[in-house]
Amino acid sequence: MSPRLRKEGKMNKLKIALSGIVKNNPTFVLVLGMCPTLGTTTSAENGMGMGLATTAVLIMSNLVISLIKNLIPDKVRIPAFIVVIASFVTIIQMLMQAFVPALYASLGVFIPLIVVNCIILGRAEAFASKNSPFDSMLDGVGIGLGFTLSLTVIGAVREILGSGAIFGINLGISDYTPLIFVLAPGAFLVLGYLMVLFNKLAKK
Amino acid sequence: MKSTLVNMTAVLFGITLVASAGVGVVNMITEEPIALAKEAATKAALTEVLPAFDTTEEQTLEIDQLPITVYTATKKGQVAGYAVQTMTKQGFNGVVRLMVGFTPEGEVVNVNVLEQSETPGLGTKMADEGNVLLGSIQGQKLENKKLVDGKLAVRKDGGDVDALTAATISSRAYVDAVNRAWEAYRKVASDAAAVSNSVTAQTNEPEAQEGGQNE
Repeated sequence: MSPRLRKEGKMNKLKIALSGIVKNNPTFVLVLGMCPTLGTTTSAENGMGMGLATTAVLIMSNLVISLIKNLIPDKVRIPAFIVVIASFVTIIQMLMQAFVPALYASLGVFIPLIVVNCIILGRAEAFASKNSPFDSMLDGVGIGLGFTLSLTVIGAVREILGSGAIFGINLGISDYTPLIFVLAPGAFLVLGYLMVLFNKLAKK
Repeated sequence: MKSTLVNMTAVLFGITLVASAGVGVVNMITEEPIALAKEAATKAALTEVLPAFDTTEEQTLEIDQLPITVYTATKKGQVAGYAVQTMTKQGFNGVVRLMVGFTPEGEVVNVNVLEQSETPGLGTKMADEGNVLLGSIQGQKLENKKLVDGKLAVRKDGGDVDALTAATISSRAYVDAVNRAWEAYRKVASDAAAVSNSVTAQTNEPEAQEGGQNE
């Protein structure tokens, strides 16, 4: 491989990781995984925790699925992927319960939801089952960070507008904030407007 | 890869086998830390709802078909307070668990929410410091409250406990759990009083005194 080609190769690796954050942002561009997005972003902290837990599962499942992709017969690939994903979710749930009980207490109910997050199955099917293990991990990092950032931003906006706080720190305006932003209708409103804003800025 | 009955069965069997082995290994590693973390959480919850104490003794009662645990905390042999781990199934999204602390005289020291899955921003306020539910009962004897059929109730139901804004169901669940804790506390405290009465009545007969303590 000539030096020039190698440099281009490196550029591509970086591109794989970065594309998940802006160009292929799972929330605002691909519009995947809406259920956990709407459900868990009641505060910035919850959004970020959910994003990071999903990222961890995504990186591991992308890696493993890419490693075993040539062993899986086509017709059973979906059940095979789901077993891999569900195992990682269970493992992460047990590890969190054992070593970060405080975080687990605030996120516990959302963790099992990661299994049915279509971002993870979507990336397994669209990327990891066609690319090398290293590229698949990078894709997991990129998409995971994109998801985490989006959820943190949505959570922060809803928390400020709905509870008058950010990351649990009270801003002293909670008496004047409309509660609706913490509830389901507020989730749709905030998500919709942020999606418009994101796509407008990303197109420039 | 082309799918045949044999390779599909074999591959799925292999993947599930490896996956369950992996989950099993992690379970073995995390079993002990999880148990320790739960124990530490219970202990922390006890210290938050009780006056200073050095030992606790636990006892599980069944009230309205739900298991309620009463921790009798003692300091230098004297009863320092009772902490009741109580629950209800009437939360907006299922089970709510509380730890309620009583002084030996029956005043509510504090209430700690151990587990709840109420609506974020509404029912979850039951776990906030200084919320109206806690404010309605903290530092008071529950028998001095306005009772409905001998039980605490929120204002909407004729009692005088302030409910959380827009979370009446969660507030009712909270009050239901506190009622259960109160009932458990009264049972345990009256048993303890009966024992100590029989002890004082029979101080002149050492053998009988021992019998009293063993009850």
